[in-house]
This record gives sequence, structure tokens and C-alpha cells, in this order.
Amino acid sequence: MSRLRPSEFMAFLAVLILNVGAAAGDYAAARKELVDEITRDGRRVSLSTGIRGFDARVLAAIGNVPRHQFVPMLLRPAAYANRPLPIGHGQTISQPYIVALMTDLLELQAGQQVLEIGTGSGYQTAVLAELGVRVHSIEIIEALANSARAHLAETGYSGVVVRWADGYHGWPERAPFDAIIVTAAASHIPPPLVAQLKPGGRMVIPVGARFAVQQLVLVQKAADGGVSTRQLLPVAFVPLRRRR
Amino acid sequence: MVPLPAAISLLSAAVLAHEILLMRLFSIIQWHHFAYMVISLALLGFGASGTVIALARHRLLPHFRAAFATGAAGFGLTAVASFAIAQRIPFNALEVIWEPRQQLYLALLFLLLAVPFFGAALAIGLALAAHGKRIASLYRADLLGAGLGALAVIGTLFLVMPTTMLRLVGGAGVIAAALVFADLPGRRLAVLGLTGLALAALALLPEGLLRPQLSPYKSLMQTLVLPDARIIARRSSPLGRLDVVESPAAPLRHAPGLSLNATAAIPPQLGVFTDGDGMTAITRFDGDRDSLAFLDWQAGALPYHLTHRPRVLVLGAGGGSEILRAQYHGARRIDAVELNPQMAELLDGEQAEFAGHLFRQPGSHLHIAEARAFAARNDRRYDLIQITLLDSFAASAAGLHALSESTLYTLEAFETYLDRLAPGGMLAITRWLRLPPRDSLKLFATAVEVLRRRGADDPSRQLLLMRSWDTATLIVKSAAFAPIELAAARRFADERLFDLAYYPGMPAGEANRHNVLEQPYLFEGTRALLGPAPQAFLDAYRFDLTPASDDRPYFFHFFKWRLLPELSRLGPAGGVLLLDWGYMVLWATLGQAVAISVLLILLPLRALGGEGATAPVGYAARVAVYFLALGLAFLFIEIAFIQRFVLFLGHPLTAVSVVLCSFLVFAGFGSGFAGRLPTLLAGRRIGAIPLAVGGIVGIAGIYLLLLPALFGWLSPLTQGARIPAAIVLIAPLAFCMGLPFPLALRQVADKAAALVPWAWGINGCASVISAVLATLLAIHLGFTAVVAIALALYVLAAWTLR
Repeated sequence: MSRLRPSEFMAFLAVLILNVGAAAGDYAAARKELVDEITRDGRRVSLSTGIRGFDARVLAAIGNVPRHQFVPMLLRPAAYANRPLPIGHGQTISQPYIVALMTDLLELQAGQQVLEIGTGSGYQTAVLAELGVRVHSIEIIEALANSARAHLAETGYSGVVVRWADGYHGWPERAPFDAIIVTAAASHIPPPLVAQLKPGGRMVIPVGARFAVQQLVLVQKAADGGVSTRQLLPVAFVPLRRRR
Repeated sequence: MVPLPAAISLLSAAVLAHEILLMRLFSIIQWHHFAYMVISLALLGFGASGTVIALARHRLLPHFRAAFATGAAGFGLTAVASFAIAQRIPFNALEVIWEPRQQLYLALLFLLLAVPFFGAALAIGLALAAHGKRIASLYRADLLGAGLGALAVIGTLFLVMPTTMLRLVGGAGVIAAALVFADLPGRRLAVLGLTGLALAALALLPEGLLRPQLSPYKSLMQTLVLPDARIIARRSSPLGRLDVVESPAAPLRHAPGLSLNATAAIPPQLGVFTDGDGMTAITRFDGDRDSLAFLDWQAGALPYHLTHRPRVLVLGAGGGSEILRAQYHGARRIDAVELNPQMAELLDGEQAEFAGHLFRQPGSHLHIAEARAFAARNDRRYDLIQITLLDSFAASAAGLHALSESTLYTLEAFETYLDRLAPGGMLAITRWLRLPPRDSLKLFATAVEVLRRRGADDPSRQLLLMRSWDTATLIVKSAAFAPIELAAARRFADERLFDLAYYPGMPAGEANRHNVLEQPYLFEGTRALLGPAPQAFLDAYRFDLTPASDDRPYFFHFFKWRLLPELSRLGPAGGVLLLDWGYMVLWATLGQAVAISVLLILLPLRALGGEGATAPVGYAARVAVYFLALGLAFLFIEIAFIQRFVLFLGHPLTAVSVVLCSFLVFAGFGSGFAGRLPTLLAGRRIGAIPLAVGGIVGIAGIYLLLLPALFGWLSPLTQGARIPAAIVLIAPLAFCMGLPFPLALRQVADKAAALVPWAWGINGCASVISAVLATLLAIHLGFTAVVAIALALYVLAAWTLR
């Protein structure tokens, strides 16, 4: 396990003290509550994304993946709160609602090839694997790549390949991909990733600071290879009040 | 007892230095707006000292020297210790929306950081309470010390790292404590021994305890987790800490607004982080022009496709990308302006080789200045003025009052830029594209307004707006766009999958094609702003898009209150993301400051009831109103004048140093004079306080009307001559502003001595509220109104104690 900074240790300690009662709770029940909450939020968001509620398979995947096994031991009591959590190395495990939204936007079918840039805790990876796709995941922080591999193996997602590398160049040997999911935004969308997308493929990228995804960028490659992007807000909001 | 004023001056200098230093340190560790809140509230330690002295003065005053020394030495030691401990509190600003516990950490931080301010204010407040007859000269010492402290800390922060400065501040507190015993030869040995011990402890404290522990979520730390990434150089000044990072294993590749169709590789880059955030990149240039081809595939390259070999003014040189872009496109002349001399030194000195000796290229020049002031003073004409992804440092970079003030994007700023354009020249501004759109539409609204003011026949023919998925570029031309230019813009955008959002005659079908937004927000917004009813659009839009002015220089203020109920319905995950945090933090700070102040002011009232009985009924209430008004008004004027002088003095740091120091020092002289004024006025019909307030209202009133004209008249002055000119302008006003506090406190000391520490505390609380309130008032009403309100408060004060 990586070395904790004193401040992180204090945070964990505080969480432990305050949540010790909840720790004994039933994870399955908490997970079901989480899925219910995401289902409700999914219906609300249709205004901004065009998604009319989440795909039942995505919700089932969230309901099946034991998120608590992907968060640091001391944060497990908060594992099924619909919020991002710190996982060390300045990284976070995304808010489950955002995981559902990003996964949904990829419109995956079983058997497809998916590239994930930024394995992090491995939670998003596991959700993708639940949908029956072949996931190739790249993580640049070695310690996270190792722990994600361990988490995925423990939870039975052993078919996923996690590679410790710089994700900018994608994974040319396994390309092309039906879908690419980038879990942290860079200053631009890496052109090699666009190149490794199949015609008809979709790529989704969250934009914003850690703990706060402000928008999602969806890159779509048409059958003729033409590329376009869509920008989506994760909330139901329009800036202009229209006259009725 | 000569040493007391010296001790007060030194302590007061250290306190002001600590205030600026803390803002600096917390800007490095955390994010600026939370630093602002915590430090503002910590200054309530001043108010708390008044409460404690009022309650315990019978026990404290008989042991004045020991109590003063405890307060001063306590300040010195806890200034250092509280920072070391505060760094261990696991506050994470980004988790505030998710985690109620973070608010507890924030409260802990505030209490911890208030301790040193409480200690120092206890010492100074006790001195005023114990020496009623010497109030004028002691307060003079306090103000002179603060003025010199401001100057010293800003100068010293160029020479030493902030943590070294922190030890110096702590040491100053300890020496101030020792100074009150200097005229007691009997105790010299013990005092020297203890002082030596305390200073040794401060000097020998391991650096590891003080070294800033940056939040792991700041972009510097996010970069340093990359394999083999490391810091290769560091600079520090009041303008920020610069860290230069190389990452050989996972190259940085900083290219905002890069086209999805770009195929050119990005050369190796160094990242330069200011206060651990806001990265700008220095791109390696080895003379091979082709290696820079990617620069032509970023949105910022658009203006070069509409001009030929332009003379370019780059406002905000940063890591030099815009200079490289201009050179890549064959610019004839390039003037690049950079605010931070250390950034300029990196680019033109230590990293010049890596950057390809940008300024050895013929026609390329680097200037260290504030962007707007440079544009105003320079006579040259340009074919292109570029402002790319540059957020103003403003005076807040120095850790002072302003929260996201920026004179870079005001109506007057646009006027200046357009004045500098050669016939057919263009102003190009690129900003991050936030959704729902805010900055881009406010920029457009500003340009439309300015073109109308300048009497443009048809502003719609002089504007062009383009967006990538993360940036928006506005081009304002000094004349109508030619069809050939519009064709070039369409070609540029199409090849790169960028969307034109506005150009003269643009058909609706061309909007929102490559990067699709839910609605063609920018196309619709720009049409509405140019249409017959722009005000109706501004009213209907849910964010505030009213152009900023020099009087209300808050370009980044977008929040409308009527948005709040809707955002709260969107839940914690959604709505909060659309809030303007800086603005919310201002209100939160004000609310807390007022609540705590009310408590601190009311707390000792019962105890004072008996003692104040000698004074007329209601006197305490009048004292309260007087010192509240004074505390508010003094800072209102000081803050407004710093803002007014930034453009005249050309650099925010010069403005802060010169204006702050001049105000405090000349107010100090005024305070000293206050001791003699009542004697001079004896037998005359006018009282000292009304005379002082009359002076303030008269002089500030004249400045309110004439300052812009005065600045215009003084504009031929060189930089060196502007500083003394500013001092001469400030001196008489500041002198008068130094009078009312000691005049009234002396009166209180005579009538109801028990109220002296209480008044001191009220003044302390008012100062905290004032700094926050001034910003909020400036956002909504403008700085002119801030000064006008300050003058009204002075008149109210004079009337109260008439």
C-alpha cells in the first residue's frame, strides 16, 4: 500500500471514527439505494444529454459491482454514497452517477473492444466489464495500475488487461476500438485516440476539476470517418429562459 | 518609556507582513478564495483582543509589560506554529460540496490562524488602554509600523522564500516583546536569555515542518505524480511561486484548443506553474520551424490567417507560446508583455536555450509591465493584439483584498486596445469556453458596447467569434471584415473542426456543426446582442453578462441571485458546479464576519455597564457607531484607491506597495498630529473631529471628481516620477484619515476609560467586515460608490461624537 501523508491519515481516521457504525451496514442494500438514486437522476438529466433515463444494463452493472472493494479500506463506509472519493496519489474514484452517465453515453454492446485511459481504482473498468465488453485499460501511475489489477482480480473481473503506460498514444496494438473512455481531461483530445476509434465509435471525456465534473465531451466518428464532438452538461440546465 | 512606540511599530509591521504572507502561503497550498475567507476571518483576532481586554483589563493592566510581552511573543511564536499545524489539517476545498466535515476543518483553520493576530492585537490594544494620554503617538507608531511592514514584506518576498519570511515575522514579534523591557536594566539578562531562546527556536525549527504542503489536487501535484516528473527550477515573489517541471517519461503536451484533425506532434515542453496551478508551457524550439506546426492547429492561430506578417502585441507572454506562434507565422514585430519579472527571466534567461532564444529573433521584444498599462502608455500601432488564456493577476496576487478583480477585460480596456490598432488591425482574445456560456458572451457584449460608443456604423461587421470544444476566440477588427478574410476564417475553422459562432452575414445553418452544443448558444447569443433588444437578452440570460468597467472591474462575476433556487433544486452534484465560488465565498465570509463581530462586540457590554456608568447614557452606543463607521470607511477608501492607482502606477505590486504604505505612513503622521490638534483649536468654534472629517470629505470628494483628469494630466511622467506623484496625491488625504481614530479614542479615554479596549475591538471587527464588504459593494455599485459610502460613514461618525 502506498505511503499515506499525515493529512490523509488524519482524514481517514476522522472518517473511520465518524462512520464506524455504518461500516457494519449491508453493502448490498446501500448499493441498491445508490442505483435507485442514479435512476432518478438519470431521468432528470435528459434535458442536457438527450438520454431519457439510463440503459437498464448500465444500472444493472452499477448494481453488481462492489464499489466498496475499489475504495481505500477506511473510506468503505462511504463507498455507496453518490459522490467521488479520494483514492490517493491525488486521484479520485468518480461519482457513481458520472460513471453511469459516461458508460451510458458509450452505447456499448457485448463483445465490443473498449479502451480506458486512466484505470484509477478500477471501478469504472469493472462497470465496463460487467457489460460484457473487452476492456483494455491504461494507467500512468504504477502504484494505481498495480492496485487496480489486484482489485479487479479480487472482484472476479480477471478478463480485463491493465497496462502501466502513458495513455496519450492509446494502445495501437489492440486498436481500433468501438469505444474509448478517458477518465481525466487533458488540455486537448489526443489525436492518436481519435485515430484509434472505429468508424461509428464513441469516445467520452469528462471535463472539470477533481471531485467536480463540469461537462462531458462525446467524440463520435461517423461511418465515413468524419469526426464530430458533442458537449453535454451533467445537469439539467439551460442558460436562457425562453418566452412561452 | 521610549521603547513602547518602537515595540508597537515593530509588532505592527510584523502583523501586516504576516497577513500578506499568510495569503501568499495559502494561495500556494490551497485555492485562493478559501485562503481569502480563512485569513479574513482570522483577522477577527483583532476584534477578539478588544473583547478580552475589556473583560479582563483589571487583571491585565497592572502587569502591562508582562501582558504586552506575552501578546507580542505569543504572536511571534504562534505565527510560525499555527501555520505548521494548519498545514496538517486535512482540509480539501474541492470536497466542500460533498463532505460537511470539510467545514469543520475550515473552522479549525480559522481559529488556529486567529491566534497570532489575537496575541498581537492584545499587546497593541493593551498599550492604548494603559496609556490614554499617549494614544496619538502610540497609534502613530502602529500605523507607521504597518506601512513600513507592507513595504518590507513585498520587497523581502522577492529575496527569500515565504517560509523564511515567516520565521522573520515570528522573530520580529519576539523582539517586539523584548523591547518593552529595554528600559528596565535589572531584567536585561533574563529578557535577553528568553529572547535568544525564542529566536533560536524559530531559526532552528526544521524546514520540513513549514514547507508548503500543496493540496494533491492542484495541477502541479497532479503533474508530479507522472513517472520521472520533477521540479527543475523554482522562483518565488509576491506575485506567486513559479515551479518549472519537466516530465520526460510522460511528456506534458499542453495545447489548449488543439484541433481534432491535428497530426503534427507537440515538441517537448516544460510546465511552469504559478502557485502550483494554472500551468503555462515553455515549448522547446531548436530552430526547426516545422516542429512548431501544431501551433497552427490551435484556435489561437485564427488571426494569423486573416493578416499578413502583422505587427503583434502579445499581452501576457507566460511560457511564450503566443510569441512562438507569432514568429511561426512570420510576424514583422512582436512586443510581448509579462507581468511577472521572474516568469520573464525564466523565458529570456535560464530557459532561453530550451525556448529557442525567443527574444534574439529580430523584431521580438519582451516588456515587464501590467498588460493594460503597457497598452495605454505605448504609442506604437499594431496589426494584431493577442490576449490568450490569460487571467489577470490583479492586486489579489499580492495577497491583498481583491477577489478576482480584472481591468483586462473592461470597456475602457477594450477602448485602449482598439486605440492601439493600426488601420485594419485586429484584437483577438481567446478564453476558456465554459458551459453554459459566460465569458465568451460577456466579451462579445463588451466589444459590441465599445464599438457602439466609438460610433461604429455597424458593429456587426467588425466582429467574429469562433469556438473549439474548450476555447472561444473573439476577434474585433478596427474596420469591417473583407469577404476574403471571412472566407479565410471559414476555411481555417472547417479544416480544424472548429465552429464559427458569429461572423457578419453568417447563416444559421453554419452554426453548431462540428462541436455540437445542446443549442447553438453562442450563435443565438451574439445575434441577440447585436439585435434590436440586447437588454432583453441580458435580462433573460441566467448569468450576468453585463460588460465590466474600470469602476466595476469584475469581469468574472456572472452570478444572478434568481438562479439560486433553481441551482439548489439541481442537488449538490449539479447546481453547485454552476455557482461562482469566489462570489459565494465573499458572502459566506461577510456573513460569518458579521455574526462573530456582533458576538465579540456585545459580549463585554454587561461587564462594561457598571464601569461606563460615569459616562452619559447612550455614550457606549455612540462610541460603537463611531468606531464601526471609522473602521469601515478607512479600508473602503484605501481599497478603492489601490484599485484606482493600478493603471497609473503600471503594476499591481507597485500600486499595492506605494498606496498601502503611503496611506498607513501618512495616516501615522496624521495620528501623531492628533495629539496637538485639540490644543491648537482651543477656543475656536470648530472641533477637531469635524475639521478632520471635513478635510477627508473635501479631498476625497475632489479626487472622486478629478482623479481621472489628474491622471491624464500626469500621464507624460516617467515611471520613476509617477511614484512620488502618487505619494503626493495620497499624502494629504491619508494625513486627515489618520486623525479621527486617535482624536476620539483620547476623548473616550477621558470620559469612560473602560470603553477604550472595546472601541479598539470594534475597530478591528469593522476592518475585517470592511475589506469583504468593499469588494461586494464594488461588484454591485462600483468603486466610486465605495468611496462615496466611505465619506458618508465619516460624516456619520463625526455627527455621532459631535
